[in-house]
Amino acid sequence: MKLLIIIPAFNEEGAVGTVVAEVKGVLPSVPVLVIDDCSGDATAAAARSAGAKVLALPTHLGLGGCVQAGYKLAFELGYEYVIRVDGDGQHDPKDIPGILARLKESGCQMVIGSRYLRQGGKFTSHARGAGIVLFRLVLRPILGKWVSDPTSGFVGVNREALAVFSKSFPLEYPEIEALVVLKRKAFQFEEVPCSIRPRKAGRSSITATKSVYYILHVLLGVFVNILKYDGPRRR
Amino acid sequence: MDRLLDVVAIFSIALMAMVLLSVRRSHIRVEYSVSWLTAAATLLILSRSSSLLNWLSGHLGISYPPLALILIASWVFLVVFYRFSVRISDLKDANTDLAQRLAILEYRLHSAHEDKQ
Repeated sequence: MKLLIIIPAFNEEGAVGTVVAEVKGVLPSVPVLVIDDCSGDATAAAARSAGAKVLALPTHLGLGGCVQAGYKLAFELGYEYVIRVDGDGQHDPKDIPGILARLKESGCQMVIGSRYLRQGGKFTSHARGAGIVLFRLVLRPILGKWVSDPTSGFVGVNREALAVFSKSFPLEYPEIEALVVLKRKAFQFEEVPCSIRPRKAGRSSITATKSVYYILHVLLGVFVNILKYDGPRRR
Repeated sequence: MDRLLDVVAIFSIALMAMVLLSVRRSHIRVEYSVSWLTAAATLLILSRSSSLLNWLSGHLGISYPPLALILIASWVFLVVFYRFSVRISDLKDANTDLAQRLAILEYRLHSAHEDKQ
């Protein structure tokens, strides 16, 4: 079993070292790859000193391009499973084994760590929560099943999904559109409960003013992906 | 009406001059100047040929020919903008792919170097 943990990071020097160390603490023998999205700070150095390998992008590509670079490298290096953990420290690495176990047991191509499935879990702000409810309603008929946390970046994929994502992956705000990309390929996903913690440092890239653009962009991306639907998968 | 058509003609000539100057200074590549020069030439011809403009506005059902000219100009520039949006999207995809490829090659080069040591 070849597992790679990827951590996309942009200007996360204050948090990424701790995140890498926590992942190493939970899974000491698993390689950790930080994808540095051309940060202006010492993100890459902090990641390296914590024991991670660094894939350094020469220009700032945004979250989707950054994550896809990690998927491409993982696919080329022959990894069977890749789990993405955010570089801001919001995801608890103790949840990684649960995601990996479900990926292996279920045989589905993607497993999402959902903050909404664990009782007493810390939820997001009211505005963002309302956005998530909207996306759930939009995605329900498209995906054919309920998804509790469509914006979660705590995601594990197997090699089949890697093959798809290394060729086609949304470049901006990728989480929701990625679900529709999977649906286009007739792939399956599942959710497992996970914890969400406050950011260790830095600020979210989605500010209040950007949130309207975010919603419109994602809805349009979902619609465009529906237009590209490939039909049932031929085996 | 004549004054408006004169203004459009002057604007078209200025646009053509600006594009040609930019091509000469290598600020715009020749292939991308074609759209702008075609748009400017179309506007210049329509603004100088009242019979052609009257014929077009008659076919479009517009009683005031300068309004037809403005509509046609808007349409021509929308097509130009659309062409450039397609081109920019292609370039962004290529740029993303190249940046990812470069990062991966550098990573593999460093890894190979580390393995040797």
